[in-house]
Amino acid sequence: MLTVIITLAVIACIFGLLLAYSAIRFKVEGDPVVDQIDALLPQTQCGQCTYAGCRPYAEAMAKGEADINQCPPGGEVTIIALADLLDVEVKPLNAEHGEAKQLPTVVRIDEQTCIGCTLCIQACPVDAILGAAKQMHTVIESECTGCNLCIPPCPVDCIDIVAIQPTVRTWTAELPDAAFAAPHAR
Amino acid sequence: MTEFALILLSTILVNNFVLVKFLGLCPFMGVSRKLETAIGMALATTFVLTLSSVSSYLVNEYILAPLDLEYMRTIMFILVIAVVVQFTEMVVHKTSPLLYNVLGIFLPLITTNCAVLGVALLNIKEQHGFIQSLFYGFGAAVGFSLVLILFSALRERINVADVPEAFQGTSIALITAGIMSLAFMGFAGLIKV
Repeated sequence: MLTVIITLAVIACIFGLLLAYSAIRFKVEGDPVVDQIDALLPQTQCGQCTYAGCRPYAEAMAKGEADINQCPPGGEVTIIALADLLDVEVKPLNAEHGEAKQLPTVVRIDEQTCIGCTLCIQACPVDAILGAAKQMHTVIESECTGCNLCIPPCPVDCIDIVAIQPTVRTWTAELPDAAFAAPHAR
Repeated sequence: MTEFALILLSTILVNNFVLVKFLGLCPFMGVSRKLETAIGMALATTFVLTLSSVSSYLVNEYILAPLDLEYMRTIMFILVIAVVVQFTEMVVHKTSPLLYNVLGIFLPLITTNCAVLGVALLNIKEQHGFIQSLFYGFGAAVGFSLVLILFSALRERINVADVPEAFQGTSIALITAGIMSLAFMGFAGLIKV
């Protein structure tokens, strides 16, 4: 009995060490530039840049196939950060992909009107909408990235865009000049 | 030399693991939709099967047999196979990212391919030596690859054929596999044992 346990333990340890060694030996290095670009993107996964998500867009930018001004959710801040990272000129946001938002927003479903068709659930890239067929749907606001992709499929127009109101936890004192430009910006 | 040729012939055609022994049917049905993935899966399985056949022989002969632990064979072989598959996955990921993406989930699933465990256990049952185990594993893998690739080519053609509605999809695939199996049973007359 004891021999079995010891033998199996020893062999398992040897195999574990072997795998650990080969994990180091055959390590696949990702493209560090893609990671850096991806870190700057807002991760809304909205697809407004015409790519399937933020990561594919970052890969396309790293290859030089995509421009830096295709990300409406990121807006000007992201474009400036990307231009800085990739050492290119700052450009205004490409209007083809959408307009930059002044305020961070989320969507909210009017639960009286919702018919439970699940179309918005299928459109949501981050699974922030909860519901089932013929059941009322609701948006998990902490998960919503404000990409508004759920609005066009809704057959009864029950989804509204609302600005994120600061709560006790998220409220910070506004900078003097920011208060003039955008009264509720963070 | 004749002996090894016989082992190869036996495992590839006469006692084909998929169509005669009915082992490893899951990847046989699962990965045979497209010829490219079938070829990739065949290559990965060949590598794993040969390596695991040899290493399980070594483990049995030099670790389990001296310690009288032969009753722990099955669990030990599963451990060996899991390690070999994991190792293969790392090597494939490093050497061919394209193949890695194509194979996807099927690469780790080789672990649960019963043909792999079957080869390891049959090696012991038939008291094969080191070289024999090597050939047995390799032959089984080539046999698996052969029918997998043949079958996927068949399925690609069936996809564009006019199949009656009731037989469409998996059912025609299963029927085709059955007919292929009948054909392979015909090889039993090839060698008189």
